[in-house]
Amino acid sequence: MLAKRIIPCLDVKDGRVVKGINFEGLKDAGDPVELAAFYDQEGADELVFLDITASAEERDTILDIVNRTAQQVFIPFTVGGGIRSVEDMRKILQAGADKIGINTAAVLSPDLIYQGAKKFGNQCIVVAIDAKRTENTISGWEVFTHGGRKPTGLDAVNWAKKAEGLGAGEFLLTSMDADGTKAGYDIPLTRVISEQVGIPVIASGGAGCPRDLLEVLAEGKADAVLAASIFHYGEYSVKEAKTYLQERGIGVRL
Amino acid sequence: MIGIIDYGMGNLGSVKKAFEYLDIPTAIISDAKGLKNSSALVLPGVGAFGDAMENLNRSGMIETLLDEVKKGKPFLGICLGLQLLFLESEEDQGVKGLDLVPGLVKRFEGNMKIPHVGWNSVRWQKDSLLFKGIPSDSYFYFVHSYYVIPSMQEVISAQTTYSDISFTAAVEQENTFAVQFHPEKSGEWGLAILKNFGELMKR
Repeated sequence: MLAKRIIPCLDVKDGRVVKGINFEGLKDAGDPVELAAFYDQEGADELVFLDITASAEERDTILDIVNRTAQQVFIPFTVGGGIRSVEDMRKILQAGADKIGINTAAVLSPDLIYQGAKKFGNQCIVVAIDAKRTENTISGWEVFTHGGRKPTGLDAVNWAKKAEGLGAGEFLLTSMDADGTKAGYDIPLTRVISEQVGIPVIASGGAGCPRDLLEVLAEGKADAVLAASIFHYGEYSVKEAKTYLQERGIGVRL
Repeated sequence: MIGIIDYGMGNLGSVKKAFEYLDIPTAIISDAKGLKNSSALVLPGVGAFGDAMENLNRSGMIETLLDEVKKGKPFLGICLGLQLLFLESEEDQGVKGLDLVPGLVKRFEGNMKIPHVGWNSVRWQKDSLLFKGIPSDSYFYFVHSYYVIPSMQEVISAQTTYSDISFTAAVEQENTFAVQFHPEKSGEWGLAILKNFGELMKR
């Protein structure tokens, strides 16, 4: 049976993981490569590096991290943040990443999804959607870009369908309303997108405890869950979360 | 030395890095001489069946590749590298594959998400040197929209179920091994498969 995936997300800035990380046994909790290896050992199914470096000059830092991670971590990993062109994608994939996350650039230039999928295969292209509840769209959710700062007027469901048609391989769906609240994922949002598209949906934003993961996988029909702080602070290990899910009938890789 | 065949289809880097991690020597090869000089061959690949065959044809490697495999050189196909062993694929009808293993390649059909992405459990169908020390039903990482249907049951070495379809996850025919999943991205058990393949080279 296909397992539901648990995906820790690492925000990387200037070569360091930001957002608090609190583990015992790590020499340097801010080193992305060491942390990636740690999560691999813990049973994470995939990893996401989100490059939040502001300036283009520091882009090479992420390439170095990707390259070093690929030498010692043998599970799939995605890199997102600031990717604007097929050439950006090529560099990151060549350094050893398996998938590319695109968000703002995909909205500004949807053809990038098509070009990336054509060049590297649909499986490489993860379209990240930041959605917020609104009364302005039919589905009730609107797509935001630029790290959640800019409303686009796009209906989240329509955008997902369009992106799928252009060749997206997966969606990384973040609820801006739920993100950072630790009060649980946005179940209706995840469910509506998951039911309307034929590609996998990774739910993101709002995880506070293993029960939240269970709900978004079972009721929200997500194929995978992304979480940051519940794992980073050591509140729950990936393994604990997986055991919890398995005991409640969710198929996971243990 | 394991020759990793470069024919312009996808990321060879992760396969190479996994072997390096295991201290198994590799070289990226792209011509007949490279095929002959390698003691074992790996055919990785992501992308479309038709493009892959076009690239392989253009590389001029096919004849030597078939020769070396038929002479008994250990061969490992990964993902698209499994599908290419067959005569034809629904993905690009009319394109002739390597035709080393009888059968064809079909697209998933039904009420499921396509591609089949993620970790799925794999059941061994026979005692294989490639799977030595790895329990049946271990999880491996898959990314694909097409799956192979061998004509002969006896070449099927592993199976996996996705939605309501049970499909061939690995084939083995003498010295030819191929897997639909990505051992180089399947953690500890994936590395065990690559290590087992490295052992075959030494025999």
